[in-house]
Amino acid sequence: MSVYFLCLVLFSIGLYCVLRRRNIIKIIIGISIMEYAVNLFFILIGYRWHGRAPLLSQNQEVLRMVDPIPQELILISIVIGLSVLALLVAIAIKIFDKYNTFDITKIRKLKG
Amino acid sequence: MLVLFFIISLAAAFLIAMFGRKSKLFCHLTSILATLSLFLLSLYALYLVNKSGVIVYNIGGWIPPLGICLVLDGFSAFMLLVLNFISFIVAIYALAYMEKYTDKYRFYCLFMCMITGMNGVILAGDIFNLFVCLEIASVASYALVAFGTEAEELEAAFKYIVMGAIAASFILLGIGLLYAYTSTLNMADISLAIAHKGFNTVILLVSVLFIAGFGTKSALVPFHGWLPDAHSSAPAAVSAMLSGVLIKVLGIYSLVRIFFNIFGVNQIILMILAILGAISILVGAILAIGQWDLKRLLAYSSISQIGYVILSLSLATPLGILGGLFHLFNHSVFKSLLFLNSGAIEYATGCRNLKEMGGLKEKMPITANTSWIASLSISGIPPFSGFWSKLLIIIACVQANRIGLALIAVAGSIITLAYFMKVQKVIFYGKLNPAFDKIKEVPVSMRLAMIVLAVLCLLGGILFIPRILVYFLKPAVSVLLLGTNYAFTVLGGVL
Repeated sequence: MSVYFLCLVLFSIGLYCVLRRRNIIKIIIGISIMEYAVNLFFILIGYRWHGRAPLLSQNQEVLRMVDPIPQELILISIVIGLSVLALLVAIAIKIFDKYNTFDITKIRKLKG
Repeated sequence: MLVLFFIISLAAAFLIAMFGRKSKLFCHLTSILATLSLFLLSLYALYLVNKSGVIVYNIGGWIPPLGICLVLDGFSAFMLLVLNFISFIVAIYALAYMEKYTDKYRFYCLFMCMITGMNGVILAGDIFNLFVCLEIASVASYALVAFGTEAEELEAAFKYIVMGAIAASFILLGIGLLYAYTSTLNMADISLAIAHKGFNTVILLVSVLFIAGFGTKSALVPFHGWLPDAHSSAPAAVSAMLSGVLIKVLGIYSLVRIFFNIFGVNQIILMILAILGAISILVGAILAIGQWDLKRLLAYSSISQIGYVILSLSLATPLGILGGLFHLFNHSVFKSLLFLNSGAIEYATGCRNLKEMGGLKEKMPITANTSWIASLSISGIPPFSGFWSKLLIIIACVQANRIGLALIAVAGSIITLAYFMKVQKVIFYGKLNPAFDKIKEVPVSMRLAMIVLAVLCLLGGILFIPRILVYFLKPAVSVLLLGTNYAFTVLGGVL
């Protein structure tokens, strides 16, 4: 149970980082931390204590099999996270070109 | 047949990315042909649904609870038609509008990717595919918002991505919890498992995560921060897509599908949705009045109209659902038209600030007239389509004994009328700014797109004729009314 709690703490750290930091790069890191926490949560769902890889072979019965579906899901989720991260970093570079700063309190052309 | 919705749009994106750089004509031709064929296909899908009910396609021949399946029912067919119609019109409009941007083939490639994602969300039969397609559409729209790469656009895109990424994390966390609880990903199967185990705190937690996640995607009021920036910064063709279909497909469709068909109708959730909808109507409308940037005003107005749809759907009565879906269709028509108008004005004059405009009616008659029609329609003036859907919503509120909600809907409508009258007066009447002495009406393709949408606004009331209504909206309404029967219709022969 404590593992799930630590996973939640990791998620909250990421959320805090996104909400409270002023530096764009730190916000991006916060988003990555949140994504990793969610991925970790998926792995924990599928895990069995002393489990083994879900490989079927002839005349052998596999006990305590680890659930493979969450592992496959996070592969997709990692790819999506990577594409979002790449886009974010590209935009952060462009923002630095235009505003000459990474501080979001100084990047305020849009309001209302 | 359902796979064609993916294949056509994805193939078009791929072909444009491969060969579009050389020839502009190729880009235009491919995008128009692809969106046109998708539109025709979705008409055919509506016909099929009316003829033979729900269609389930199992990818690779795996039987539903195991493999990936695509589901076409009344609600999906209706949403497909709205999505593909608007994207076809926007593709026509973009022919002339995108001339001023460089790298057009990238625009078309992203545009087709966005359509792929949205088609995927509508057809997905399992909840993880819904998430993946939602992310495809979102990532494409993030890139499209930043397409101009000016300072404001980048800032808006950054804000949009950060909020979108947080929303995606919430949704994924919800999906994880749901999988842990029911140990399946197929939506119909989840619905059965929940019906078996009953509604308890786990489902409540998942519901809250989904409301936060999909609520951000559909810009309900506490989560609406990204929308005014993103919609006002994107190119007009993209804003029309974002406001016309993206927030509906990613937000409302997913919310409604999950809460009506998977979790089953639950009073607490409906109450939360009704309150969010009512707040959205008022806050969106009040914030819109004070705006002097045309596209920003339209964006706030979108928040307010989305509030109507959610409010009406949350009543969960037959009339409420009918009104909500009808308003969803009408809103996607007239809001796209208004955004296209704003694009035309920006194209001709090069500015969006209402204070600098005036007297454009003489110079741009078609834009002015279509914009009039859209404004009257959105504020609910009788012969136009918006009136009928708002009337239905208000009657449904009264019928469900929610007089307060009905009053909020009426008040929102009056405020809408107020700010659209301001827009019309300031842009098209009054004295012409001398700087705009030489402007001309916009090119043919933009005019054509605007006229088609305006005619549809006028004809919107016709959908009210019972025979058309039965054909067009009834299948969608009955899917939502039947609620968790969805599971039995999808799993059908398997059980």
